[in-house]
Amino acid sequence: MSWTRSLLPILTVVAAIVAVWYLSAVALNMPWERDQAARAGTEVAFLDRVAGTLAQDRPVLPAPHQVVAEIWKTTAEQKITSKRSLVYHGWITLSATLLGFVFGTALGMLLAVGIVHSRAMDLSIMPWVIASQTIPILALAPMIIVVLNAVGLKGLIPKALISTYLSFFPVVVGMVKGLRSPDRIQLDLMRTWSASGTQTFWKLRWPASTPYLFASLKIAAAASLVGAIVGEMPTGAVAGLGARLLAGSYYGQTIQIWAALFAAAALAAALVALIGLAGRVTLTRMGFGR
Amino acid sequence: MSQAADATPAAAPRSVIEARDLCLTFATNDGPVHALSDVDLTIRQGDFVSFIGPSGCGKTTFLRVIADLERPTSGTITVNGMTPEEARRARAYGYVFQAAALYPWRTIAGNIRLPIEIMGFSKPEQEKRIDRVLRLVELDGFGKKYPWQLSGGMQQRASIARALAFDADLLLMDEPFGALDEIVRDHLNEQLLKLWRTTGKTIGFVTHSIPEAVYLSTRIVVMSPRPGRIVDVIESPLPLERPLDIRESPEFLAVAHRVREGLRAGHSYD
Ligand SMILES: Nc1ncnc2c1ncn2[C@@H]1O[C@H](COP(=O)(O)OP(=O)(O)OP(=O)(O)O)[C@@H](O)[C@H]1O
Ligand SMILES: [Mg+2]
Repeated sequence: MSWTRSLLPILTVVAAIVAVWYLSAVALNMPWERDQAARAGTEVAFLDRVAGTLAQDRPVLPAPHQVVAEIWKTTAEQKITSKRSLVYHGWITLSATLLGFVFGTALGMLLAVGIVHSRAMDLSIMPWVIASQTIPILALAPMIIVVLNAVGLKGLIPKALISTYLSFFPVVVGMVKGLRSPDRIQLDLMRTWSASGTQTFWKLRWPASTPYLFASLKIAAAASLVGAIVGEMPTGAVAGLGARLLAGSYYGQTIQIWAALFAAAALAAALVALIGLAGRVTLTRMGFGR
Repeated sequence: MSQAADATPAAAPRSVIEARDLCLTFATNDGPVHALSDVDLTIRQGDFVSFIGPSGCGKTTFLRVIADLERPTSGTITVNGMTPEEARRARAYGYVFQAAALYPWRTIAGNIRLPIEIMGFSKPEQEKRIDRVLRLVELDGFGKKYPWQLSGGMQQRASIARALAFDADLLLMDEPFGALDEIVRDHLNEQLLKLWRTTGKTIGFVTHSIPEAVYLSTRIVVMSPRPGRIVDVIESPLPLERPLDIRESPEFLAVAHRVREGLRAGHSYD
């Protein structure tokens, strides 16, 4: 009921996007068609030229059906161990994403606990945490990769560390807010029972922060994926969605770029949905209710 | 202002709270706020003492000083013969705030368990106590419900049960029924009175309502603001057995009148 009711607006928006996309593809790819026709010295009918814009090998903007066909070709029609399989590249990126996400979450939680419990840490660490996110990751990633390569770390770990760098931030911010969310009365109550600091943490601050934690985990997962993709770009484009993007742009394979982009978007959506579900189940079971 | 009742004879019940020349001044950006000024008060074992007075006269502050949530600027105060901090560490009192402040992620039973879990009671003992206090506040059968599944009045009863679950003889209540409607409030007042008689606890109770104060208390402390001080302490002549319709009796109305006079006198200062 509410499901079908929400489906109609979504489908409308999707249809609108697809329509705009086709129109843009025609408009953007048309100059090349015109050039080709002029070079060959032939007159091509307008409709044929439009058809041509949607079937180029290296279009400026590939048409939706070209991207869909490319995704189909590189997922369903390839063995997943093949270097030409998008699933293979997706898995490479996903493994770095997940590892970085776990690192980032753990680091974020540790920092948040420290910041909430020690005023010195609040004053000394928090500015650095915020400053860390003002450095463009694109500038930082190659340096991290190079430095780690020099000490013999290759492949998964350097990428995961870039993911960590991007994903710990939302966790720190969310957890600090969550751990500080209990109001004065609840803290006063703990004091009237002369509860210890540890008891106040585990029985009050920690459970109170759970909704905040799940909200920031969603952001952290998406950031982690971005980190893994960025981390794959300076490695000389060996494997992963980032490598597909880079290789695609080297050789003007725009269709491949778009296919990789959609694969990345699908991965991000799946991760966020999964965390959302885990959050809903956990919070319901904890009794947060409604 | 100094009352005969404050001079406790040796044969009388032991005093639970003794405040002498108690002052508390908050330093704020707009200058000092004299929340309590020269407060002298003795609360004896088994008393039901109400604090009444206009907003800002220091009722909450006084309760918080007893509970060691606020430090007095000068003067002395003892709770069960100890400093407030020692009394707090000895878990000498239960505190009920105006808001129930139940943890949303714990059931009603889980919320009542919280203090006794912190205080290290054994599992079977916890269960026994939860059962007992749930019955005491007439919430038996609601232990497995979550706070949001209960009405405001029931939540407040649960928070009272939580304060009763451990062995504190002193119950401090800061406008516990302030946010509830008249009818629920009447009912809870009756229940509270019954609970006080059966448990023999000493209760300090803050309220804005004259009838509530007169109906519940053995003694009524009338306070006035700027600076926060005691203007009158009234010993209630009412019997311990108090049906709700006692509120129409001449004795009741006489006490209510005296409280109102005290409040008016306090106001004429500014
Ligand atoms: N933490 C604080 N810092 C500064 N001033 C405070 C603080 N707590 C209370 N006050 C001030 O002390 C005075 C007494 O406050 P208190 O809360 O004890 O009044 P009250 O009698 O409980 O009022 P109400 O009936 O509105 O609850 C008020 O003027 C208040 O503004
Ligand atoms: Mg108050």
